[in-house]
Amino acid sequence: MIEVKNIAKSFDGRIVIEDVSAVMQAGQCNLIIGSSGSGKTVLQKCIVGLFEPDAGEVLYSGQSFTTMERDAKTEIRKEIGMLFQGSALFDSLNVEENIMFPLSMFTTDTHKKKLDRVNEVLERVNLKDVNRKFPAELSGGMKKRVALARAIVLNPKYLFCDEPNSGLDPQTSLVIDKLIKEITIEFNMTTVVNTHDMNSVMEIGDYILYMYQGRKEWEGSKKDIIFSKNERLNSFIFASEFLQDAKDMRMLELTGKIPNIRNMDNLTGGNNPAI
Amino acid sequence: MTIFNDIGRYLLMIKGMFTKPENHKMYWKEFIHQCTEIGFGSLGIVAIISVFIGAVSTIQTAYQLVSPLIPPSTIAQIVRDTVILEFAPTLVCIVLAGVAGSRIASELGNMRVSEQIDALEIMGVNTKTYLILPKIVAALLMIPLLVVISMALGIWGGRLAGTAAGILSTSMYDKGLLELFVPYNVIFALIKSYVFSFIISSIPAFYGYYVKGGALEIGRASTKAVVVSCILILFADYILSALLL
Repeated sequence: MIEVKNIAKSFDGRIVIEDVSAVMQAGQCNLIIGSSGSGKTVLQKCIVGLFEPDAGEVLYSGQSFTTMERDAKTEIRKEIGMLFQGSALFDSLNVEENIMFPLSMFTTDTHKKKLDRVNEVLERVNLKDVNRKFPAELSGGMKKRVALARAIVLNPKYLFCDEPNSGLDPQTSLVIDKLIKEITIEFNMTTVVNTHDMNSVMEIGDYILYMYQGRKEWEGSKKDIIFSKNERLNSFIFASEFLQDAKDMRMLELTGKIPNIRNMDNLTGGNNPAI
Repeated sequence: MTIFNDIGRYLLMIKGMFTKPENHKMYWKEFIHQCTEIGFGSLGIVAIISVFIGAVSTIQTAYQLVSPLIPPSTIAQIVRDTVILEFAPTLVCIVLAGVAGSRIASELGNMRVSEQIDALEIMGVNTKTYLILPKIVAALLMIPLLVVISMALGIWGGRLAGTAAGILSTSMYDKGLLELFVPYNVIFALIKSYVFSFIISSIPAFYGYYVKGGALEIGRASTKAVVVSCILILFADYILSALLL
């Protein structure tokens, strides 16, 4: 479990995040959503320790990460895996070496054992025959899967994903989302995902934190989103008419009515089950 | 004020390098990799430059020594001392600032921009120790070796040009090389090459490690690293010459 308490961060006097608190449970996909510049990446970087917050603290399983000594932080970091927006694979290493890197750095396992583990995680992310390929030879989706394999190779307790679907087609995005969800449940990880992909929100979001201009605007489950009356959240998530229709259809399905003034006949094509 | 800010961050970066390695084997592997990149990667250009520097020095010295009272073996003495004292350590290190320095800056800059450094930090690796220290230690080992090779090749190049141009015979050149030889000059050249090696590796590492932005900024950081390294090499050359000669 990760607890974020009253985190604040500013750069050159400009407040980027202010007074953000959240509790992210193990075995769940915790999503941080918000439009570009809302502070979600900075918040995630504060949580993993890449940025030092100006105020507040982050607790990993009850231990204050913010005030920890460097050595203790290193121990916690060995339990963290992160999937970066651009994959962040080491260009000079091939796929096998990339995934093996954390094992070589932090374990004393034999080469055979490490290789077995590499093949195991590659299989887990549904990749075959790519061991000798270099990052430049992989597609965007494959890079993400290799990065995910590297992130989970040490069996981390915490998994962070920064925009895991950026630059991917909807089908590949779905594959990555499902992988993240499956891995989270399988290894009971506390997963924190930064995204503005609404498919991801509805597909994998167990807990959703909506950021608006550096502040926590809303939090809840994906079911709560359907019923949310927060205008900023609604205009962000259901930005297009298509998504608004989808939301209303879902609400109709769940409650038999829609709470706005839209024409239900038009929405359902005259087959409104509530009428 | 930026310059003081940069000096402060540079000193903190140097201080941050000295932590216990997470895994000695991985650090050794990285050190050997850097030795290969810096040492063997620059050997070709150093060899070519050194031979031509020696050759040109011989021809130009002979051109200027017009008095019949000065024996031709003096040319070899002048070439030897010029190559050992200045050309091999300073000129080669300025070239290396361009070759190895820009490579270090762009490698680290690319790793920073593509979040590879962040990925290492998240894993719990001290990136200053893992990425910068092996480069500096490798430079401190390989660059003085390159300078020694450069001295030998420069003197050999002078011998070759002297004979080819009919300026002086090989026996005369060899005789001149042994006359009035001061071994301290070699020690002085090595001291200079150690100082320059530190500049060539640490300054580009600083500019590359702290780069912000994208591909354009990597290029800018790389250029700035080479320019600052060259200026510092020339400044250090003057200070060391004033203090040690």
